[in-house]
Amino acid sequence: MSDLTKLTLAGARDALRAGETTSVALTEACLSEIEGAGALNAFVHRTPELALEQAKAADARIAAGDAPAMCGLPLGIKDLFCTRGVASQAASHILNGFRPEYESTVTQNLWDAGAVMLGKLNMDEFAMGSSNETSVYGNAVNPWKVDDRALTPGGSSGGSAAAVAADLCLAATGTDTGGSIRQPAAFTGIVGLKPTYGRCSRWGVVAFASSLDQAGPMTKTVQDAAIMLGAMAGHDPKDSTSAELPVPDFEAALSGDIRGKTIGIPREYRMEGMPAEIEKLWHQGAEMLRDAGAKIVDISLPHTKYALPAYYVIAPAEASSNLARYDGVRYGHRAKLGQGDGIVEMYEKTRAEGFGPEVQRRVMIGTYVLSAGFYDAYYNRARKVRALIKRDFDEVFAAGVDAILTPATPSAAFGLGEMQDADPVQMYLNDVFTVTVNLAGLPGISVPAGLDGQGLPLGLQLIGRPWEEGDLLNTAQVLERAAGFVSKPAKWW
Amino acid sequence: MSIDIDTARRVAHLARIAVDEADLPALAQQLSGILTFMEQLNEVDVEGVEPMTSVTPMRLKRREDVVTDGGMAEKILSNAPDAREGFFAVPKVVE
Repeated sequence: MSDLTKLTLAGARDALRAGETTSVALTEACLSEIEGAGALNAFVHRTPELALEQAKAADARIAAGDAPAMCGLPLGIKDLFCTRGVASQAASHILNGFRPEYESTVTQNLWDAGAVMLGKLNMDEFAMGSSNETSVYGNAVNPWKVDDRALTPGGSSGGSAAAVAADLCLAATGTDTGGSIRQPAAFTGIVGLKPTYGRCSRWGVVAFASSLDQAGPMTKTVQDAAIMLGAMAGHDPKDSTSAELPVPDFEAALSGDIRGKTIGIPREYRMEGMPAEIEKLWHQGAEMLRDAGAKIVDISLPHTKYALPAYYVIAPAEASSNLARYDGVRYGHRAKLGQGDGIVEMYEKTRAEGFGPEVQRRVMIGTYVLSAGFYDAYYNRARKVRALIKRDFDEVFAAGVDAILTPATPSAAFGLGEMQDADPVQMYLNDVFTVTVNLAGLPGISVPAGLDGQGLPLGLQLIGRPWEEGDLLNTAQVLERAAGFVSKPAKWW
Repeated sequence: MSIDIDTARRVAHLARIAVDEADLPALAQQLSGILTFMEQLNEVDVEGVEPMTSVTPMRLKRREDVVTDGGMAEKILSNAPDAREGFFAVPKVVE
């Protein structure tokens, strides 16, 4: 078979089971694509030996007729996941040289399902960023190009998005705290799913904001997202917020029938200054779902406007606490100390050298909003606003809405470096359509839906009811098929 | 609410991040910009609203208070920048 790396998970799975190819052949094809894609800077730690070992074992299982869901399928893993014996440093200098002695639950679930690890993927440092420009490894680059500019693949899961869009791997893991799966998926023309909070275990995933973080699949199709979520998800006693719920067969939920479903269009997402082509795409998406038999209704989520400011209190507050563990004692970087330096100087110098500017900024903002005298004014107020944002969604779902359709991002991919001189808040606005979903703990999916005037991909987001990823994926697949997005970036790397 | 240079210095110290005196004015300005953005939250009527503690209505699980793991000092120390005789090593602490 040719073009093995262009296969979807479903296509490769079926080809493997039919004996048309082998996991070793698939894995070697991916490794060779990765080798030639240095310009994308997507894979930052490669694990070819481990990959081939896992591929051989997968081929043996397939031959023995014992092939689990992801058997033999080569994946990329975001650097935020701890992988035993393999560098895992959250794209931060402060975790330089860190090789975990343990495996994250999500990646272990994937290996148990037979998947193959090709290596670790670039990302924004500690998942803090929307353009993959805060990484210690340097920028990941979007395989899509319209002129001489190198474009961002989005962030924080920028390496994952670039790798899947460029067919370096069949699919990748991502994590999403405010939009870090869905925004890069939209910027690169792939599918990105953030599951319901608690669906995937957070154990072994480097923590950013624990009440918002969720791992999810980044794939070429909605069907692939269903397959991969099934393998990643499940209850884990090592994560106290992991839900003790059975994992349904998400792929079986893809019936293609959405007749009678109610899709809400939230008026507050019609932002001032939104590009006309995004507005148009959103309208077309609603028409597609209507044509498939869904009922389209206008809805209101009145507190939407306050989601970003609430997020930028809550996420940095949790980050300042989570990142306190990077102190130069147990792992990673420790600063060289001067004569007479004590332990406080060790902490302060280590953290100044180890954290990049955006991480430092967020840790300090978090420290400030949690400090005595400001806790009520900022942190508690933000948590109250968060409760109101969740209530908005609860009320809409209680009124019979099955899913909500919105744009995924306020623009297509922008040039790397273009936001360099902008205010940090300008970059935060990238998350305006995605962040509400994290605050409310809901599942959300970005589906590629069209190209803008320059020829860059644009995505639409569907938001579902908690724990109903199957239903959400079904609606997303109907949208995917109606949109018929088949464009791929022309290979320049 | 804007952050002055003294507040920026205090926050940096609380966060245990060394910041050069020369960098404090720019830092204070950036932090103030972010805080100004957050001030929008003051427009919201939050009277009688409980601050969210858990996004999914669940009670944190409890388990027996027993040892479930251990005996792996070597693994725990394997990534330490400085470990000696089975301990993490740090500069001398004198209070």
